[in-house]
Amino acid sequence: MNHQETICALATPQGIGALAIIRVSGNETFAIVNKIFKGPDLQKVAANTVHYGKIMDGEKMVDEVLISVFKSPKSFTKEDAVEISTHGSEYIVRYVLKLLIQKGCRMANPGEFTQRAFLNGQFDLAQAEAVADLISADSEASHQIAINQLRGGFSKKLAILREKLVHFASLVELELDFGEEDVEFADRDDLKALIDELQGELNPLIASFENGNAIKEGIPVAIIGAPNAGKSTLLNALLNEEKAIVTDIAGTTRDVIEDVVFIEGRKFRFIDTAGIRHTEDIIESMGIERSRKAMHSAKIVIFLFDNEQNKHFLDQLEKETTNADILWVQNKIDLNEAYVSDAEIKISAKNETGIESLKNSLLAKMKLQSSQDTTITNLRHYEHLLKANEALTEVLSGLALGVTGDFLAQDIRLSLHHLGEITGTITTEDLLANIFGKFCIGK
Amino acid sequence: MFEKYDVIVVGAGHAGCEAAHSAATMGSKVLLITMNLQTIAQMSCNPAMGGVAKGQIVREIDALGGMSGIVSDETMIQFRMLNRSKGPAMWSPRCQSDRMEFAINWRDKLEKNQNVSFWQEMVTGLLIENNCVTGIKTSLGLEIKAKTVVLTNGTFLNGKIHIGEKNFGGGRTGESAAYGITEQLVELGFESGRMKTGTPPRVDGRTVNYQAMEEQKGDENPEKFSYTNTLPLKTQNSCWISYTNLAVHDELRKGFDKSPMFNGRIQGLGPRYCPSVEDKINRFADKDSHQIFLEPEGRTTIEMYVNGFSTSLPEDIQYAAIRKIPGFENIKMLRPGYAIEYDFFPPTQLKLTLETHLIKNLFFAGQINGTTGYEEAGAQGLMAGINAHRKAFEQEDFILKRDEAYIGVLIDDLVNKGTDEPYRMFTSRAEFRTILRQDNADIRLTPKGHEIGLASTERLENVSRKIENSDKLYKELEANKISPEDINPFLQENNSALIKEKASYYNLLKRPELNISILKSANDKISNIITAYQKDEIEQAEIKIKYEKYIEKELLLAQKLSKFDDLKINPDFDYENLKSISIEARQKLKKMKPITLGQASRISGVSPADISVIMLHLGR
Repeated sequence: MNHQETICALATPQGIGALAIIRVSGNETFAIVNKIFKGPDLQKVAANTVHYGKIMDGEKMVDEVLISVFKSPKSFTKEDAVEISTHGSEYIVRYVLKLLIQKGCRMANPGEFTQRAFLNGQFDLAQAEAVADLISADSEASHQIAINQLRGGFSKKLAILREKLVHFASLVELELDFGEEDVEFADRDDLKALIDELQGELNPLIASFENGNAIKEGIPVAIIGAPNAGKSTLLNALLNEEKAIVTDIAGTTRDVIEDVVFIEGRKFRFIDTAGIRHTEDIIESMGIERSRKAMHSAKIVIFLFDNEQNKHFLDQLEKETTNADILWVQNKIDLNEAYVSDAEIKISAKNETGIESLKNSLLAKMKLQSSQDTTITNLRHYEHLLKANEALTEVLSGLALGVTGDFLAQDIRLSLHHLGEITGTITTEDLLANIFGKFCIGK
Repeated sequence: MFEKYDVIVVGAGHAGCEAAHSAATMGSKVLLITMNLQTIAQMSCNPAMGGVAKGQIVREIDALGGMSGIVSDETMIQFRMLNRSKGPAMWSPRCQSDRMEFAINWRDKLEKNQNVSFWQEMVTGLLIENNCVTGIKTSLGLEIKAKTVVLTNGTFLNGKIHIGEKNFGGGRTGESAAYGITEQLVELGFESGRMKTGTPPRVDGRTVNYQAMEEQKGDENPEKFSYTNTLPLKTQNSCWISYTNLAVHDELRKGFDKSPMFNGRIQGLGPRYCPSVEDKINRFADKDSHQIFLEPEGRTTIEMYVNGFSTSLPEDIQYAAIRKIPGFENIKMLRPGYAIEYDFFPPTQLKLTLETHLIKNLFFAGQINGTTGYEEAGAQGLMAGINAHRKAFEQEDFILKRDEAYIGVLIDDLVNKGTDEPYRMFTSRAEFRTILRQDNADIRLTPKGHEIGLASTERLENVSRKIENSDKLYKELEANKISPEDINPFLQENNSALIKEKASYYNLLKRPELNISILKSANDKISNIITAYQKDEIEQAEIKIKYEKYIEKELLLAQKLSKFDDLKINPDFDYENLKSISIEARQKLKKMKPITLGQASRISGVSPADISVIMLHLGR
């Protein structure tokens, strides 16, 4: 059996370990991995050798890795295969898998490596029996996971998308199969508008994965304030450990530091930032630029201030924050007893007073967000959304070229196929049912 | 009185004729039994062959060596290539036929085949020994033996005709229904169901006011169905288009309380895509008008077919309503429309060869399987005939895959999914329609048809020539390049972007605004290259070049999605011992006995996880 596709998956258990191993198998293995690997050419190296190099996303280094090279038929699957040992961070693993998918891999189905191993003659039948049970158990479990992941807005949104696309597809099929009859056809401008709308919904879903998903990776929180408003002290109070450099001199925190805090089991990713103020210092202004960026990628922004002047400065920044929830926090209540603001939370980061109430507010904001926001957390979903979106882009380019409906339909079907991989399969019956339900057909 | 036949075919409609012809051509001794030898190959519904997706099927039947294409070519009175403005996969041949000529021509084809014998009588039962059919019983009590039997009973099994509140037994108007077979098959364990279809009234063409209607002529340069050297049409008849209006609808509504459709007298499920006119105005009440298509039934007859006006309302209502249609004010009706209910056997009881699971050597084809349409019936008849012959001679099954033919899609859908309403082919049912085109049915299928002894060597040679020369032309267009100064004036003239470097004709041809007949006029050289080839070769090369990207993409997808179709399963595979599959999947698999993993995966209720498990148990 000739497997056309190259598959990839995490081979070590999910979760934090010192190392993680990603397995890639299939005809295109070396060609694909070469595209993201800065190191020796894997096509050319000897079988059963290990190579050091870097996984690159364009110019950006993702991780330093070791790659073990197996050449067909001497591998577990009997296909060309590699095992990439990365550092054991979920973030890195997901990043590397994402890159592999972008370069042409497909996420392996549950048990697919074993399946290929069997089909290529690695096991005998007795062993296969055991594997079969494993796979069905595995599929069941992964199915459950997938279902769980289709929570909240995601499944609803996809169902709406799918319905729109089915309708779109039936309009095109209608003019193909019933072009001779007295039916009205959708005009191409409407179709284009519909695709634009679909892509407008797919893109954020895809981006929600790419931005690092909030549930799995932690909700990004930015602490924004004037220099010396006490941002690092607050972070330390939340972390209970000295991580950022704390001094009394304004402007000492120059790097954006990320730290993870669990509050009642929920993960928050804190981005410590240099204070925002106008400065001539080039290094520091770079830090400020980064803070602005952090503020924009955060889901929750803590505006920290300790006097009216600082607060006034933040008031101006408020309109720059469009995507995030804002928490106004007054710091140093132990020092400036005279200063009273209308901030909902008042703390002394240094004395660690008011920290509990801040934590509760963070938790409340987070819960609010996860109920509203649709995020993609599953790589397989991401992959299919990406491909569904690509197919729609093909439809758009077809529309621009003025190709006929049958070719548009080819890409629409492909897009439906990928959405169907997430929501359940779409059959031609769906299309026909839609056609017969909505249009008067037949002589 | 009777010899022992290899194949008995019961019924002489489109399915029966193709079955008898194919088995006989391949060498079987065939007996064709029909209740009336005067009504062989009747067009019970409209006098037309082909259409979207259906035309492709006729081309496929022809490519395999069947007769529907040739008979259609020899008896057509109008030809149109539908969907010309769309991509080549959508081009669909359709003809208006001379109903009587069509039937005479088919009978003539069968009579010329020395292996076909005829017998006129009603078949009332099957002879069965050890779950294997051995022949048939007739109404006179005759027993006729055969190695295999093909049932193509159409709408005749317990057929019941409805016109308003009247109903009576019949297989077609004026013809008796057939009784006995359903009852015996149900006793043997077959599941049966009821389906419904209908026809419109026929009218007197002398009483039509054509001025009030829109004329639809045939194509200026008519093509044809068959890949053989049949002749294209010289003179053509027109069809006529008119529309219903609110006055028509009002008249029809007056009869709704007497409609067997609405008062529950008809139980069978009718096709959604071929609704009766009462169904149309009932379901789409906001539509004030529906298209009516008036088709001539032949060159000499005055009879005309009112397509779009299928109805089972009382005849006086039909008459009153039809006269409100523009052009029909003075119309005379020749026969009223009617609805017909008949027995069918859910096709999930069949193998992909159309042989039944329950009774060996028994094959079903046509409307008995829940399909509709001459083309669908003919295709099944052809495949059943081929497989009945091969079974009789202990040869391997002949099965077409979904990426090989619409016929493959048709049978795969029927056998694996079944159908609740009369099944008609649509291009949207074929996931690989870009490669299942009417222009390449011969390339796809004639080699297969020749290999089994059905398509002639002449046909095969013709295909080889087409493939070889179109490849040659493709390469010539690729190799021949032209400089900007030589081609740019021509491009400008044709509103096509100018080139800066030398370009091949191949690349120019890919432009949407250019095609081979435009390109031919660019200069003498290219004109000479192209005119050295025949029409079908040029068309093939052009399609291959212009639509290469889409065709390649589809081929790749077909390869990917159909990989499971190469993994064979022993039909007797023991699903009972598979603990890891769902109960529903196990029951379906046991019943339907798929022969490949791909087929198993298309059975409803079988999940991908089930497929993984079966795959692992298959062994290698």
